[in-house]
Amino acid sequence: MNQQEGYADDVVKGFITWSMVWGLVAVLVGVLISFQIAFPQLNLPPYLTYGRLRPIHTNAGIFGWGIGSFMAFFYYITQRLTRTGIWSPGLARVQLWLFNLAIALAAVTLALGMNRSKEYAELEWPVASLVVVVWVIFAVNIVMTIVKRREEQMYISLWYILATLVGVAVLYLVNNASIPVSLTKSYSAYAGANDANVQWWYGHNAVAMVLTTPPLAIFYYFLPKATGVPIYSHRMGVIAFWSLIFMYLWTGAHHLLWAPVPDWVQTLAMAFSVMLIAPSWAAVFNGYFSMNGQWHQMRENYLVKFLIFGITFYGAQTLQGPSQSIRTFSAFIHFTDWVPGHVHMGTLGWVSLVLFAAIYYTLPRIYGTEIYSIRLANIHFWLVLTGQLMFSISMWIAGVQQAAMLNATNPDGSLHYSFMETMIEIYPYWHIRALGGVVYLAGLCVFLYNIWKTVAGAKTQGAAQPA
Amino acid sequence: MIEKKPIVFLLLATATILVGTVITMVVPFRWINDPKLAIASVKPYTPLQLEGRDIYIREGCNNCHTQTVRPLLSDVERYGEYSKSGEFVYDQPFLWGSRRNGPDLARIGGKYPDAWHVKHMKDPRSMVPRSNMPAYAFMNQPLDSSLSERKMKALNFPYTQADLDALKGKTELDAMVAYLQKVGNDIPWRKTGRAAVLGELKNPYQDNMSVLPEGKKLYSEHCAQCHGEGLKGEVGPDLRDMDKPDAAVFGIIYSGTQAGMPGFGDSLGKDRTWKVVTYIKSVHRR
Repeated sequence: MNQQEGYADDVVKGFITWSMVWGLVAVLVGVLISFQIAFPQLNLPPYLTYGRLRPIHTNAGIFGWGIGSFMAFFYYITQRLTRTGIWSPGLARVQLWLFNLAIALAAVTLALGMNRSKEYAELEWPVASLVVVVWVIFAVNIVMTIVKRREEQMYISLWYILATLVGVAVLYLVNNASIPVSLTKSYSAYAGANDANVQWWYGHNAVAMVLTTPPLAIFYYFLPKATGVPIYSHRMGVIAFWSLIFMYLWTGAHHLLWAPVPDWVQTLAMAFSVMLIAPSWAAVFNGYFSMNGQWHQMRENYLVKFLIFGITFYGAQTLQGPSQSIRTFSAFIHFTDWVPGHVHMGTLGWVSLVLFAAIYYTLPRIYGTEIYSIRLANIHFWLVLTGQLMFSISMWIAGVQQAAMLNATNPDGSLHYSFMETMIEIYPYWHIRALGGVVYLAGLCVFLYNIWKTVAGAKTQGAAQPA
Repeated sequence: MIEKKPIVFLLLATATILVGTVITMVVPFRWINDPKLAIASVKPYTPLQLEGRDIYIREGCNNCHTQTVRPLLSDVERYGEYSKSGEFVYDQPFLWGSRRNGPDLARIGGKYPDAWHVKHMKDPRSMVPRSNMPAYAFMNQPLDSSLSERKMKALNFPYTQADLDALKGKTELDAMVAYLQKVGNDIPWRKTGRAAVLGELKNPYQDNMSVLPEGKKLYSEHCAQCHGEGLKGEVGPDLRDMDKPDAAVFGIIYSGTQAGMPGFGDSLGKDRTWKVVTYIKSVHRR
């Protein structure tokens, strides 16, 4: 059927497969470093220390799993919403292999200690240049597909896709500006507080343009597909879209509250972060209202369960985020484990749950088969949900406890605890977090097994019935 | 309407994104690192310090250690003078970090003697029990200084041939320690910001044997790493048969010394400092 409509879905298969590989790497490394924090003997210097592995974890997660699967679904969604095949399937294939090369090079160079140190922009300039090439190919291919589309109206998902393409390009180019010293070493083009301000404009908008707009594009496409009823309000989607991409870019400096960057930049960031609740929750309510009369599907349809839990975590995330952006609260919890707890609710809860649903929906259709086991999909759901909640909740408690201890004073005004006295109290929470990671990993393995059986089943089916 | 015109849409979306970008990211270049905020005593890195900084970056130390002291009581009392933008003008990249798995290092320079850092880097738990920092004993390897001159040129830092020659025979650990001793130490805050001890200094626990167990516990947590178990001395001097008056010992522990001992007033407070004083004075060679 897909072949008849001229959709190039082989490359979608490729991106989904490889994004799952990198996702597994990200979680494996994540589990390892969570154990390293609790048991420092597990650091194996020089290559396998926490300091070198943590960037591999974040890069494999955000770029390998996140961007990899976004590329898959952008191609899948764009073809269907434009009723047009990919502009150049050949280029898309080249893009897949360059993408894999970039992620593999990233993992190797980071383990070797080639690292720019700027969070989520750690890759040295040759690898970063390769990322730029991949992105340009991707953007051209998607935009050209949209330009020659056969469906005049662009559905809201395509808006988020277009915004992602330009947003990521601007962010990545500016923050990766470097002064090269050799092939493996460069220095940031900006200095001190300027570098910090550029970095967190980038860092926070990587959250916007990588971890918000792409999953929203996917959510807006797959929720109606999964439930069989249209999205509640297109108009609310329009308002939310423009206000979201307008406001997000002001908020980077909420990562720099109390740091030596101008006060007004911090205040603007704080104000816009709070204002962002509105467009974020517009998307959440758009999801919820679309479920009117359909809530029974939460029991019957595992895809809906993934999607609605995903958007719910997005809602929680976009309330917690703005609260952390307020100076007084930031003073308390910034630099503690509260923040990794927050981040992982977004990545494991929101982004990954939506991606799981999209993969469950898409792969059987591309391979012309049914999912191998809905029961396993449900087990997968409960395992990753439990693992993620163990992670986030233990880290929130750890963060509040450590912050309270760091702030405790004696009657004479001196501080009651030394840093180490506060840190050693966090070990039990780190053990729970590591255990949560293991549960999550187990869930991921169930997912991969289910997908593998689905695809393997489709192949034997195909062999049994030659066309 | 624009949902039917992808190119127009793309341009509009770009413009929308650029508003906040220009106002909060581009425009601040006008004010941040303004010459008016420069601090004359802040100097660029020497080749050895820069190599140390690059090792700090290579090992990803910034994943666990921040380098900004916020103007908050719990930060300033724990780490020292709050950070100023003028202190970072030579930092490409900045290393402020985002998470304190370990303590902030913005004021680490001059806090401990070199020997403390060497022992701590090789085996963190020998100096800080229950620390979760990886051991960096492998940094004992020779420093690769083949790029040093190009690095100094790339960053426009002044250097002499003697600076470069001095790199020969150094280890990575030497460079790391040189860097750590420079961090946050370019402004003279340790002298001016030293915790002042006001009022008459009289030990409230003099001859009070009941505080000795607590004093001993505090000693083993905060002092033994440098002065050894049993006060026999290691990085710091032997403390047995201490003949200084209680008030002088209090002053040293509370405020630190120029000789390299950090002050413990911020983390111990007066009461616990007096208990440590009482314990130290009670220990004698047999």
